[in-house]
Amino acid sequence: MTPTYYLLLSALLFSIGAVGVLVRRNAIVVFMCIELMLNAVNLTLVTFARINGQLDGQVMAFFVMVVAAAEVVVGLAIIMSIFRTRRTASVDDANLLKY
Amino acid sequence: MLTAVPPVELPEIGAASGAASLAWLLFVLPALGALVLFVTGRRANAWGHWLGVATVLASFAIGLAIFFETLGLSPEQRTRELHLFDWMSVGSFTVDFGVRLDPLSLTFVLLITGVGSLIHIYSVGYMAPHAGGDGDDDHAEPGGDSSRRRFFAQLNLFVAAMLVLVLGNNFVLLYLGWEGVGLASYLLIGFYQDRPSAATAAKKAFLMNRVGDVGLAIAIFLLWLELGTVQYSEVFERIGEVGAPTLVAITVMLLLGACGKSGQFPLQAWLPDAMEGPTPVSALIHAATMVTAGVYLIARSGPIYNLTETGRLVVTLVGVVTLLIGAIIGCAYDDIKKVLAYSTVSQIGYMFLAVGLGPAGYALGIFHLLTHGFFKAGLFLGAGSVMHAMNDDVDMRRYGGLARHMPITFVTFGLGYLALIGFPLLSGYFSKDAIIEAAFGQEGWQGWVYGGAATLAAGLTAFYMTRLVLMTFFGEKRWQNLKSADGHDYHPHESPVTMTAPMIVLAIGSVGAGAILSGIGLTEWLAPSLGELRESEHGVLPHAVIPWLVVGISALGVLIAYLVVGRRPTPVERPERVSLPVRAARRDLYANAINETFIARPGTWLSRALVFVDNRGVDGVVNGTAALLGGSSGRLRRFQTGFVRSYALSMLGGSVLVIAAMLAVRFA
Repeated sequence: MTPTYYLLLSALLFSIGAVGVLVRRNAIVVFMCIELMLNAVNLTLVTFARINGQLDGQVMAFFVMVVAAAEVVVGLAIIMSIFRTRRTASVDDANLLKY
Repeated sequence: MLTAVPPVELPEIGAASGAASLAWLLFVLPALGALVLFVTGRRANAWGHWLGVATVLASFAIGLAIFFETLGLSPEQRTRELHLFDWMSVGSFTVDFGVRLDPLSLTFVLLITGVGSLIHIYSVGYMAPHAGGDGDDDHAEPGGDSSRRRFFAQLNLFVAAMLVLVLGNNFVLLYLGWEGVGLASYLLIGFYQDRPSAATAAKKAFLMNRVGDVGLAIAIFLLWLELGTVQYSEVFERIGEVGAPTLVAITVMLLLGACGKSGQFPLQAWLPDAMEGPTPVSALIHAATMVTAGVYLIARSGPIYNLTETGRLVVTLVGVVTLLIGAIIGCAYDDIKKVLAYSTVSQIGYMFLAVGLGPAGYALGIFHLLTHGFFKAGLFLGAGSVMHAMNDDVDMRRYGGLARHMPITFVTFGLGYLALIGFPLLSGYFSKDAIIEAAFGQEGWQGWVYGGAATLAAGLTAFYMTRLVLMTFFGEKRWQNLKSADGHDYHPHESPVTMTAPMIVLAIGSVGAGAILSGIGLTEWLAPSLGELRESEHGVLPHAVIPWLVVGISALGVLIAYLVVGRRPTPVERPERVSLPVRAARRDLYANAINETFIARPGTWLSRALVFVDNRGVDGVVNGTAALLGGSSGRLRRFQTGFVRSYALSMLGGSVLVIAAMLAVRFA
């Protein structure tokens, strides 16, 4: 079992997440895609930690998880608030802040 | 005789003592008078004019005391200086506040305070608030009639500044007085603030004087640059060190200053307009004293002019041109004060001609200046008296036959008139003929040109002055069927005694001054300041012929005036169909048009061009930068669409680009 597979998997997950962010309209789905990208990065970090035999990458992964948890709290609260006022969770409709 | 002049002996300078140590009071007293009158305001309305008269009379008394004290000294000791305090001291540049008492400055002190006192007394009557004249209700100021107090304050200010001008012992002090009289002149020309024409005339006088003042300032700068001093005594001692081109520049710049102040060509156009001021002002400032400051400047700077014949030639030519211009235009005007004003321009031209001749003429110029001070001041006061009687009308075509109604004015004016046209043995005869003789005393073409122009102008002077007298005092009483501009009938009457008394004194001066001054030896008296009078032996005409020639030409002028004006009725309306020369003279020989075309309009264009460059060039760069930034920001903000997914795409695209660039660097 070579580390390459882990890295390929991580790249695949990241790409799926990125495409999801770009093409989906529902804010919840976009949010989940962002989580997917974050976790792809986490997988990369852990893989490289393993390859190099150091703990730095694993520590970084924990940090990312903490930040992601905090982000979920704030992000979901914003999405809830948007949904309550506009009765929709589409990111395209929330376009008031523009030129 | 415009060859090199042997250097004039400079006098030894002694310290002032005795009455001369009070010389500072000469200008401090009128200055204090002016200050009190300006500061106390309305409270001084009742007695302010007497304070003004008193300060000038006191100055005159001190001047007389110093004069007689100086007479008691030997000619070598007559030049004295009184150091008052150090005025400025900056690095190597020091200016004393010092008084120079020598025959030249004392002569001027007596003229200024003497004629000044007479005119102050005259003004008490002329400017009286409710006695008609110029100070009547038309010009009453809100809050009481304080115009007479204001008038005396400004007149005192003038006397103080003029005394500083002639008494200062260095060029910077002269400049201080020079600007002071300019300010007083400006204030007094514009004295009737409610008349737009007076305000315009005041501005015109101030601006044209400014042109001359810049010249004077440049001359002083050059002197300091070359010699490191502005003190007369040091400048005159070391002026020989200055190179010829710089010397010519200094003399021409001094002349420019003199032309501005004295209304000489090419800066003559302001003086006739200055007649908008009250008549006593015209008499004191614009006839007797201030306008002769240019003659004083050149006579005082004699040691500089002695070294450069080019400089003297320019002065002489300016004088010749001006005396002709003044005499020609004087023939065409109907405004009594403007005729007298152009007569002043012309007579000062004679003085410039005289001082331009160098040591052969300095004393003659000052001589004519003194006699002119008497008779022209008298003529202006007479004109003021006539205006006083004629509801302030100045148009001679509305006068006529006034001799019987105002006999004192007629007699005093008549004596001044005879003195001006050079009637034998009156004062103008002595001084003007002396100048014409000196002019004919030059060699070659210069003798013919100077002498011929001066003689011709003497004839023209006789013509226009006779015309003025005939139109005013003789002939039909044209005013009987007319009403003045404010709708009143004319009731000509003799003026009060405060006005006639000074006129009588000045008339006596007009008659006697010439004989007395030449009798007691004015030229010898002035010699310590101006050098010995050098008479030339190589003139183009013999001396004996010249007085006959001048008197003959003048008599011809009188005769022609009698035939043209005296024998025919004068139309009240000014004839418009007149010959070309008359039309040109009525328009001041196009002096204003020339100034307008060659100075004012190019100046306007230049300012417009500068404004254009400023608006489009300087401001253009600044505004253009701002517009560019604003415009591009306006375009750029279109990217902020509000679609979150497009932001995400651009972030992704950016990240891809950065990574691609890093990879490219890494593997290239």
